Amino acid sequence: MNADPWFQMALYLVVLLLLAWPLGRWIDGVLSGRLSRRWRWVDKTEGMFLRLAGTNANEDMPWWRYAFAIIVFNLIGVLVVYALQRLQQWLPVNPTQMGAVSPDSSFNTAVSFTTNTNWQGYGGETTMSHLTQMAGLAVQNFLSAATGIVVAIALIRGFARGRAEGLGNAWLDLVRTTLWILLPLSCVIALILASQGVPQTLAGSATIRTLQATHYQVPLKDASGHAMLDARGAPRMQEMTTTTQRIALGPVASQEAIKELGTNGGGFFNANSAHPFENPSPLTNFVEMLAIFLIPAALVFTFGRMVGDRRQGIAVLAAMTILFVALYAGGVVAQSQPNPLIAHLGVSGPSMEGIETRFGTVASMLFATITTSASCGAVNAMHDSLMPLAGGAPLFLIQLGEVVFGGVGSGLYGMLIFAVLAVFIAGLMIGRTPEYLGKKIGMYEMKMVAITILAVPLLVLAGTAIAVLAQAGRAGVLNPGAHGFSEMLYAFSSAANNNGSAFAGLSVDTPFYNVLLAIAMWFGRFLIIVPVLALAGGLARKPRLAVSAGTMPTHGPLFVILLIGAVLLVGALNYVPALALGPVVEHLMLFHGH
Amino acid sequence: MSHASTRALPMFDAALLKPALAESIKRLSPRAQWSNPVMFVVWIGSVLTTVLGLTALHDHRLPAPAFTLAVAAWLWLTVWFANLAEALAEGRGKAQAAALRSAKKRVYAKQLQEPRHGSSWLPVPSDELITGRVVLVEAGDTVPADGEVIEGVASVDESAITGESAPVIRESGGDRSAVTGGTRVLSDWIVVRVTAKPGEAFLDRMIAMVEGAKRSRTPNEIALTILLVALTLVFLVVCVTLLPFSLYSAQAAGGGAVSVPVLVALLVCLIPTTIGALLSAIGIAGMSRMLRANVLAMSGRAVEAAGDVDVLLLDKTGTITLGNRQATAFHPAPGVTAQQLAEAAQLSSLPDETPEGRSIVVLAKQQYNLRGRELHDVHFVPFSARTRMSGVDDGARHIRKGAAEAIASHVAEQGGRMPDAVRERVGNIARAGGTPLVVADGARVLGTIELKDIVKGGIKERFGELRRMGIRTVMITGDNPLTAAAIAAEAGVDDFLAEATPEDKLALIRQHQSEGHLVAMTGDGTNDAPALAQADVAVAMNSGTSAAKEAGNMVDLDSNPTKLLEVVEVGKQMLMTRGSLTTFSIANDVAKYFAIIPAAFAATYPQLRALDVMHLHSPQSAILSAVVFNALIIVLLIPLALKGVAYRARPAAQLLRRNLLVYGLGGLVAPFLGIKLIDLALTALHLG
Repeated sequence: MNADPWFQMALYLVVLLLLAWPLGRWIDGVLSGRLSRRWRWVDKTEGMFLRLAGTNANEDMPWWRYAFAIIVFNLIGVLVVYALQRLQQWLPVNPTQMGAVSPDSSFNTAVSFTTNTNWQGYGGETTMSHLTQMAGLAVQNFLSAATGIVVAIALIRGFARGRAEGLGNAWLDLVRTTLWILLPLSCVIALILASQGVPQTLAGSATIRTLQATHYQVPLKDASGHAMLDARGAPRMQEMTTTTQRIALGPVASQEAIKELGTNGGGFFNANSAHPFENPSPLTNFVEMLAIFLIPAALVFTFGRMVGDRRQGIAVLAAMTILFVALYAGGVVAQSQPNPLIAHLGVSGPSMEGIETRFGTVASMLFATITTSASCGAVNAMHDSLMPLAGGAPLFLIQLGEVVFGGVGSGLYGMLIFAVLAVFIAGLMIGRTPEYLGKKIGMYEMKMVAITILAVPLLVLAGTAIAVLAQAGRAGVLNPGAHGFSEMLYAFSSAANNNGSAFAGLSVDTPFYNVLLAIAMWFGRFLIIVPVLALAGGLARKPRLAVSAGTMPTHGPLFVILLIGAVLLVGALNYVPALALGPVVEHLMLFHGH
Repeated sequence: MSHASTRALPMFDAALLKPALAESIKRLSPRAQWSNPVMFVVWIGSVLTTVLGLTALHDHRLPAPAFTLAVAAWLWLTVWFANLAEALAEGRGKAQAAALRSAKKRVYAKQLQEPRHGSSWLPVPSDELITGRVVLVEAGDTVPADGEVIEGVASVDESAITGESAPVIRESGGDRSAVTGGTRVLSDWIVVRVTAKPGEAFLDRMIAMVEGAKRSRTPNEIALTILLVALTLVFLVVCVTLLPFSLYSAQAAGGGAVSVPVLVALLVCLIPTTIGALLSAIGIAGMSRMLRANVLAMSGRAVEAAGDVDVLLLDKTGTITLGNRQATAFHPAPGVTAQQLAEAAQLSSLPDETPEGRSIVVLAKQQYNLRGRELHDVHFVPFSARTRMSGVDDGARHIRKGAAEAIASHVAEQGGRMPDAVRERVGNIARAGGTPLVVADGARVLGTIELKDIVKGGIKERFGELRRMGIRTVMITGDNPLTAAAIAAEAGVDDFLAEATPEDKLALIRQHQSEGHLVAMTGDGTNDAPALAQADVAVAMNSGTSAAKEAGNMVDLDSNPTKLLEVVEVGKQMLMTRGSLTTFSIANDVAKYFAIIPAAFAATYPQLRALDVMHLHSPQSAILSAVVFNALIIVLLIPLALKGVAYRARPAAQLLRRNLLVYGLGGLVAPFLGIKLIDLALTALHLG
């Protein structure tokens, strides 16, 4: 693959947009019901699933019913995933005899996968049984993605409908999204991945003889399980030697496909997409990157179609693309610089720490930018080890609120909130009270927008502050100082924005972080979804105003600039001081001496 | 037109400034600040830094009392400047209210025993008059309360309310029957039925309105306040959490942590104080600009809606055309000279006092130099609905003029007939939107006078401007569709409603609204009331009935239907001002971050000085400069808030581009320059 960063990016964007456009049409067709009207069997299948859930599609739900359905649906998801983890040692399909996961870790993981965050405080191959992976985590990968998509569609309907009470039927939307969008696409992607060597098996692990004996040390433990200390207080170690290695296997390809496609990001293996079984070749790397942005980009086209003005979708897409390219460029430039401390040692070239050599700097930065733009959180390089500003770019993208393409559905509804905000602030400047897509933005709408712009910064900053103040929080930090601060800030930014990628370097599988981050993930998800649905309900009730020369145009380059400005100003101003104490000062210290 | 002197106040009049200064000091109390959450946060910050500064004076373990007190002083100034902006805006209203109040004296009303002229009356104080009572108002009396004339006709001086010195006629029945309390009857008498409760009269409402006492925030203002409060809360969280962040960093890096006064300074600089301070002043100033146009908005909501309107329903007569039709040409019948026709037409119109009649005389004089003559033994035959003709009998001559059909039957009775050429001419004139009047002398048809609606000068350009702004104009007229179409084309309106009845008007408004438009209209008659109530912006003429005034949400004191265009402008300008200052305020934050962040953490991480792109003198002077800029920008923008940003009739896209450049980009750049200059000044004065 060509190592030129601009060629790779351009190729990626072209292929992405070529695939996203027809998918956008398809999503519109599925969720507006044209598909089930055309084919009876589609309609029948949908009806069957709805009957299984004991409901029907007749009700056009007002926003609060829609929100209630979504929350109940997700709460059940949390309970199921929690139960699977706690009970996995008694359940079938557990070839490697995994024991029960601790309560706090189970809770964290259950919330994490249900909220589309896929923050992982555990190592997959050493914690979860195949059943938990397949019936718990992979299922939530589908359902959390479907949740995001239907909420975005409900918001679009709020704009598109006039003087309407309902936003559609949540159960029907969830069924349609899962059956006709997520399932077929992930089948295709899983097959492509499997063809490239990604395992898909129910077998446990393969045991092989290594070429050479491996020596390692383990700390000695007393009968009560505490580490035994020597005279100087250091743990006493025992020398070990082994000539065999167990290589973890499992149903990886199927989980990998939806991991990217649903912007979930929770890897089967701890090393995520840097692991050769998750991401064996440059081709799978490219396919995985495409899968991450595919639905978020397609939904923007769907949005344009559903509101009846495709230029509106293109404007939003343009703003996303510009932000993406700018932050990718920043990250690539930062990462291409040699680390001055290593350059002292006579090593030339860009910093390779934390980079998988199979992918190199460019493909790693592209992946890092994509995975943090979208709220995916899959990684093919260790963000913790990137150069300070190169690691700062993904952090900044997460803090923008995951709206640069963003998570499936969540990216679009997040961006539309910013669009409403941009229109509200600047729209007055044309001498009319603000309106977006023909809907007046009044008190009620601003209340909902205010909740969404307040919720996430509050969770991120308050969470980080608690971690910084608490002994249990500071204990997890392996690198004190500015970098340690970045690690904590990244953890809470990632959780509250439902990204799920980790800066690593922070020991998070502790009750303190598990609980606190789970809270951040849950409220980071539903303190947005509920107001977004309330906003959609309010918008749907309003009449759609006619467009004239006196209407603020929301499809031209000017609006794109405005939207970018709103994202940067409102989305990012909150984090500037914190970033200054993290990556920025780290960068300055590295390059301008300690 | 002579407006009352209170209506054209200069921006900073000494008479206004003094009470405003006093008022602004009074409002430094927390109770007054509570209603403005953004400024309340600044107020708390001021108290906090003052306490910290004073404590530091005695407790030497606390750092830099001089710096802390300097920050405190500028924070107090910030609060005070915000108060000043509001007090100044309200002061102008108060001056207007004082002038109005002088009209609202307690008078004794002559309450009639029976509701008819000539009945005996008792004196009753005007503030004890209740609805439904009937009073007599005679020449020289002040009208004691709002009411409806039920008997009589009188000339009334309404200058106390309208500023218009020419008296107006008020009479029972019809659309000129409403009288307003506080106005004065100049001649004759009227019997008035009281329609308003004491304290709720038009004048009371007007005083409350201009004083701003009852000013409730408009929907958009509330929505904006919600956003500003949300931003304030976000930045509060940012600044509060910065303390533990800084303590952690300082512990790890071995430097000093950020101090509380610096965090307060950062908070005040980041929260949208500029727009928070000026928001209510902008709203009050908008109302007051409306009043200067002699339009009384019944609520701020109406002013806001005026900016949103995109369909204007305009009455043809008085708005688009001059009040009445005018003669524009004489078309003689075959065998008659134009001179003869003009002479006969003039003769028949000399005693005719209608505007049409007068315009015929004027045209005859202009075209044929025919002067008015003394009329002797001339018998004037006035227009009647039965004959549909008017004319004169002058000896042997029996000149009649009237509608073509009326004249045709008139000459037929006398044995004459209408020549075909005249018939044809009549048809042509009607098709072109004019009104043909046929003139006959006895049985002989002399020819046709062409009357036309004269479209007001410049109105076409005005409509073109509105169209470019995306506002559609619809002409409402009682004329037939043919005439209406011709005038519509000439005036350049987008659409017209011919042969309009009040029901048609209402239906038209509903139809536009259902298509997603916001509609504005003017009206004066009682039968306009349903349409006025339905319209989004409804300007009632002050001369109109009280039903119309009740239904409208604005009253035009000049009773000038063209005012609708000004109303839209004022509404738009107010919204633009609000939006521009909000954008400016938020864009300012970027520069403030660059000033404060490196300074705040200078003790922890000296490396962050690399972000100090302005090269400010010292951390303390950097923070102080940002705080000073934040306070001064409020004062600098007060005139803009009161006057409003420059209004231009342009399409939305152009307006957005321009204002975004000026206030968005300007808001990004201005504070960089301002903070640097203040820093230089502070350093020069050794204050930094």
